[in-house]
Order: sequence, then structure tokens, then C-alpha cells
Amino acid sequence: MPARSGDRPFQLLLAVMAAAVPLIIGAILIALVAAAWPAIQRFGAAFFITSTWDPVAEEFGVLPFIYGTLVSSALALLIAVPLGLGVAIFLAELVPDWLRAPIRFFVELLAAIPSVVIGLWGIFVLVPWVRTVLGPALRSTLGFLPLFSGPPLGIGMLTAGLILAAMVVPFIVAVSTEVMRTVPRSQREAALALGATGWETTRTAVLPYARSGIIGAIFLALARALGETMAVTMVIGNVPQIRASLFAPAYTIPAVIANEFTEATSDLYVSALVYAGVVLFVVTVAVNALARLLLSRVARGPALIRE
Amino acid sequence: MAHTIAGLIDRTTGIQAEDVHAWFDRLHALRGITMTIPERKITAVIGPSGCGKSTFLRCVNRMHELVPGARVSGRVLLGAENIYGDAVDPVLVRRRVGMVFQKPNPFPTMSIYDNVAAGLTLAGERDRRKVEQVVEQSLRAAVLWDEVEDRLHKPGTSLSGGQQQRLCIARALAVSPEVLLMDEPASALDPASTLRIEELARDLVKDITIVIVTHNMQQAARVSDVTGFFLDGELIEYGPTNEIFTRPKEKRTEDYITGRFG
Amino acid sequence: MDRRYRWRRWKNTAMAGLTLLCTLVVLTPLFLILGFLARTGASALNWDFFTQLPGAAGEPGGGMANAIAGTFVLISLAAAIGIPIGVLGGTFLSEYPRTRLSQSARFAADVMNGIPSIVMGLFAYVLIVLPMRHFSALSGGVALGIMLIPTVMRTTEEIVRLVPQSVREAALALGVPRWKTTLRVVIPTAAAGIVTGIMVGLARIAGETAPLLFTAFGNRFWNWELLQPIAALPLQIFAYAISPFDDWHRQAWAGALVLVTIVLVANVAARYAAGRQVKLR
Repeated sequence: MPARSGDRPFQLLLAVMAAAVPLIIGAILIALVAAAWPAIQRFGAAFFITSTWDPVAEEFGVLPFIYGTLVSSALALLIAVPLGLGVAIFLAELVPDWLRAPIRFFVELLAAIPSVVIGLWGIFVLVPWVRTVLGPALRSTLGFLPLFSGPPLGIGMLTAGLILAAMVVPFIVAVSTEVMRTVPRSQREAALALGATGWETTRTAVLPYARSGIIGAIFLALARALGETMAVTMVIGNVPQIRASLFAPAYTIPAVIANEFTEATSDLYVSALVYAGVVLFVVTVAVNALARLLLSRVARGPALIRE
Repeated sequence: MAHTIAGLIDRTTGIQAEDVHAWFDRLHALRGITMTIPERKITAVIGPSGCGKSTFLRCVNRMHELVPGARVSGRVLLGAENIYGDAVDPVLVRRRVGMVFQKPNPFPTMSIYDNVAAGLTLAGERDRRKVEQVVEQSLRAAVLWDEVEDRLHKPGTSLSGGQQQRLCIARALAVSPEVLLMDEPASALDPASTLRIEELARDLVKDITIVIVTHNMQQAARVSDVTGFFLDGELIEYGPTNEIFTRPKEKRTEDYITGRFG
Repeated sequence: MDRRYRWRRWKNTAMAGLTLLCTLVVLTPLFLILGFLARTGASALNWDFFTQLPGAAGEPGGGMANAIAGTFVLISLAAAIGIPIGVLGGTFLSEYPRTRLSQSARFAADVMNGIPSIVMGLFAYVLIVLPMRHFSALSGGVALGIMLIPTVMRTTEEIVRLVPQSVREAALALGVPRWKTTLRVVIPTAAAGIVTGIMVGLARIAGETAPLLFTAFGNRFWNWELLQPIAALPLQIFAYAISPFDDWHRQAWAGALVLVTIVLVANVAARYAAGRQVKLR
């Protein structure tokens, strides 16, 4: 159709704005790699497997941070996934209608609380509780395991895992509930008609159908946990070490960047921190992309009703 | 109930379609339509679903080509000018040829007043008094003024279905088109509202050419001066309404009118 | 048969109880946090808090006036960047949904929403702080603004897509050109929904700390210059929380209360706007 004088420029404007997003992602990657280049050149891939983090000697290896990031996130998921699924099942299958909206509201509210506020609560409430209640309890029962050896200081991997779990659980609940509610009634009715109980229906008809959606939710939660900065740095202890015990302090990539970036004295120091940031960027983007792929397949599934 | 809209409509004209073809991608929806739409008369376009009558209407105000993959060939003369000429701006064509749709579609966030004024204000008309004048004239012409004059600021969607359709007619008239196209304007309305729309059309046609697409044969017989019968994208027969309905020349026309199909 | 069935019945009840327990466990931290905010935070709130600058280290008193103001400055900067790009970009995604650009932009927006906020801070640092050689409100605003774009873009797309074709057709049939139809009919029809998305996005970035750590950096004094470091509420809360001073800890709770209130108000405003959105379906 012959475009009128105003149409083309406007369409171009809109297109440029939309293109800004992929362009910005590309720009982030380029800018960060450029800033990290000195460290990349100096340390290369050894960066990932070296444990020494010594700003004075200018020796930088991020293995302790990778360890801290992975273990704290894994711990968070270990706690948040069963809990979150439980809440999702409760919300999708069991709760009376009038209760559903308020409970969802509160769960969403948890997600809306800024990370620094959760960290604040972590320092002054959770850490003492772990130090005086949970830690000793775990020690007395499971202290023989290397996982729970050493004194529970309050700050450390365990607390970080707990606080991450609290922050990540709303994602699991929200996405899982959505996915479970889109399971068609016919599937549930088929199971019920065979004489299945509510739980059996959920287990055999709802959960398998919702499986890829739930997995997508887990990946989303993982990406969030990996990148979480403030709450973690306020309770994890910020010591770059690799220890078996969950009571030991640790350090994550976002936490070290947050703590040491403004103190970084040399260019190589800064560059190493940016290098760590690149690692974080690549990993979270990959996990996120995977999660979106999984979730998009759910939305396109057969007989799924879009709300 | 003689409401003249002469003050609103500057001039009107007839339309001549010459060998008009239309496609939706590969689908050949209109095949060589040649038809005269006389000035100041109501022309009805009838035919079974899918015969191309709505497509033909949308070719007359250059709305068909907005669908991705759609194409038109042939000439459509609005007065003396071919609206499909090379230098012609389709936006200007649509100002000269107004359209009322099957389902009333007032702008949902605008008041009654703003709805009627929309064509003018979007074109940049700043003279508030002129706009007020035109809004009142249009609403009177659409026989809606008395019902809404004290609630012009209420949302357009607060009206009943029949009122909304008259609102859409007022909105179309407010830009002073030369022709008014009506695509099954009453099919979503109740019988009482339908009759009001038909009466309104008979009134308006004194000053403006009207083309009405309808699947309701009785409506076509009641309302129109001239009727065209479409089937499978072709214009089968065309002539004065009472002749089409009492002495159709084509067998297919007769079959349709007597209800043997469609 | 009967025993087997009783076992299945019992398991059903047990699982139901378990999910209820999960719900209670999940809601507990929330209520604990809110409770602490209300109790400890409210007790430290006073007129000084909203009007005074931070006091010297270790000395009681002082407030977070500059931090509160700074947060609003940063949000405004972020809005100036994120809203135009987000709304216009989102409109493109809904008006031309199947083009290659739309598909990649949509995917990119979702990915971008998942980039850790500290990485955004690094980007703004490299882009603005490094060349300028000092921290600035501008860099903080840019970091937050970039985070705002994908949220606003996706919510705008969703809501503009819901505007029915009949609205567009009505405008086009009146002889309104396509671009004006989009700009002055379609977008206004979706306006309340777009505002909802914007408010949700603003609520999210108002609470962000990490991207500001080495961009806006914080400031102990008043600052209205965009090219200088500026205080922000989350930054102040963080600094006070990890300090060794009790009075500062209490002020951190007060600051957290104010911050959470701002976030809550923005969310409520979003819901209000969503309710005002003309039903499009």
C-alpha cells in the first residue's frame, strides 16, 4: 500500500525503539568483555579453576565464588522447589476461591520486597536464629556429617541458601500455579472418574501435564538466585573459601563485585571483577533463555486455554 | 421525521466500479465487478455469505488493501476521479467515503461528544465552535441528538446497541463524506433498532449516496432503490430493486431470492 | 480393599495438610519481615528522619532526607529513558508482531529481565562512570532506566495487542492515517494498562541497590546535580545495615519501612490504573 508521508517515519521510530533491546544486550556483552579484557588476557580460562583471590599479589581466581554461587543457589532451590510446589498445589487445587486471591497477593508481596530489605531482616533476624536455634539443632542431630561440621556462626552458606529460598519461592509458586491451572478440566475429570483421590489426581493428571512449565519455573528461579546480590552479601560472610560445611562463610560472584568494586585499587583488580561479571552475565542469560524456551513450549501446548 | 443534513454534507456523488478484482493472497474474492452506484440513491448489495459483498464495499473506501496480502485491480470512479489512481492518497479517499460497520465500534475511551468529533479533531480541526456545531448537526442527522444532548460527556459505550450504531453514523457524517457505506449496519441490533436505522437511511439519502450491504433480503427490498446480487465474487444481476425482487432476469438471482440457497 | 482405600484416603489428607504447611512456611518470612518493619521501623521514624541529612559516624540522630529525594531523582531519570523506549518499542511489537525484529526483540526483552541487576550496574559503570571518571546520578539513572525498558515493553505489547481491530478500523475509515491511528487512538485506548505496567516497573527499580553501588554511589549531602554522586534510599539502608552502630541499624529499618511503603504504593497505584483500563475483550 502506498504509505502516507507520516507512516514510514513513525514505523521506523517504533522499530528503532524495539531494536534497542537486543542492541543493548549486545552492547552490555561488548562493553563488559572490553573492560574485562586485561584480566581475560592475563588469566584466560585458568580464572575459573583457580582458588586464589589475592588483590595484593594481583592473583585472581573465581573458583570460590563459583562454588559459593552454585552451592547457595542449589541449596535455595532444594528448599524452595518442594515448598513452592506445595504452595502451588495448594493454590491450584485445594484452596477455596475466596482465599486464593489473598494468598496469591501475599506471595507476590514477598517477591516485591526489595532485596536490601530482605537482607536487613536476614542480618538481624535470620542470622541470630540460625546461630542460636537452627544451627545447634542441625549440629546435634546431623553434626557427624561434614555438611554440618564446625560452629554455626549464623552467617554462612546455610543462611544464604535460606534467604535465597525465601526470595525465589514466589517465582516457583506464581509460574507453577499458572501452569497447573491451565491443565484442562478433562484431564482431571478422567482421573477422578477412575476413582482417584485428590492427591492422586494431582500426581497423575496435573503434575505430568504441567511438568515442562514447572521445570521452566525452576530455571527462572535458578537464574534469579544466581544473580541475587544484596541479601546474599549481607548474610553469607564474604570469605572466599571452599568448605564442605554449610555453616562456613562463603562468597558469591555478585557479592564480591558488590563489596570490592569500589575498593578495587588497581586496573587489573577492576578488570578481574568485571571478568567475574561477564561469567555471571553469560551463565544467567543462558539459564534464562533455556527457561523461556521451556515456558514458551508450554504456552503453545495443545488444548491450553490462555487466560 | 425529516432531518436534512444538507448543512453537513457539501456535496455527494455517485460511484462507478469498472472491472474491479480483489484478492486475499491467492484467493480471488472479486471477479471483474462493473457496477454503477447512482447518486442520492440507496444501493443494496445482497448475496449469500462469502459472496464478496463486504469485500466489494471495502474496495470502495480502500480499506480492503489494509489486510496483509490483499490486492485490488480495476478502477473505481468517485465522481470523475479514479480512487485507485497512482497519485491518490487512500487516507483522503477514506475521508470522502464514510463507513459504518456491522458491529457498532465507538471509541471505547472517548465520550459521546469526542466520538463524533474524532474525525475532525484527529485531522487537526482546532476551531472549538465549529466542532461543537458539527457534532450537534451530525447527532441531529443521525436522530440521536435528543437522546444524548444532556450527557455528551458520558462514554460512548454507555449507550445501547442501537444508539451506539447511530453514534457511529453521526461520527461518519461529521467528516462530511460524499458517500456513506454501510456494512450490515443492523445485523447486530434488535428489530426495533433495525427499523430505526432503515428509516434513518431513507432520510439521509436525500442528501448523500448510500450503499448498504445486507444479508437480509426483506431489508434490501424495503430500503433500497437499486440492488446488486453477488455470488462467488461475481455480480450476477443488478437493477432497480422492485425488478430484481419481482422479475429477476437470472435464474441464480431468482433461486437466491426465493430462498433456494443462502 | 478397604484397608488399601483407607491408606489412600489418609495419604490424600496428609498431602493436603503438607501443602497447607508449605503455604504457612512460605508466608511466615513475609509476615515476619512486615512485622519487623512495622515495629522497629516505625519506632525509628520521626520528623528528623525525613528532613535531616545523615549524621556523623557513630553519632545518633540525623536522617535520610537526601536519600529519599535521591531515589525520586533516580526514578525520574530512569523513567525518562525507560518509558519512551518501552512504550514505543512495545507498540511496535504489537502492531507488527510477526516480523523477525519483533521476535528477537521479544525474546531479548524476556532475557534482559533476567540479567542480574549488578551486571546492569557494571554496564553503566563502563559506559558512563569510566569516561566521566566519577560517579554520577546520571549513570545510576541509566542503569535503572535500562532495567525498566523490557518490563514496560512487554506489558505495553500485551495491552496494545488487546485493543480490538474494530477500534483501528473505525479510525482508519474516518480517514485517519495509520500512524495517527496508532498514536492517537490505539495507544490512548490502552493508556491505563500501559500506566499499570510502568508503575509496576518503577516499583521494581525503586528498590534496587546493586546497580547503584558503583554508579550513583551515594552521597552524604544534598545533591541535585546529575553529574555528581547522589544518595539513594536502598544504598543508605545497606550502608547503615552493615555498619556497627545501633542507631544506624534502627534508621536502616526506618528507611526500609519507607522504601517498602513506596514500593507498595506504586503497586497499589498500578492496580488502580489496571481497574481504570477500559475492558478490551
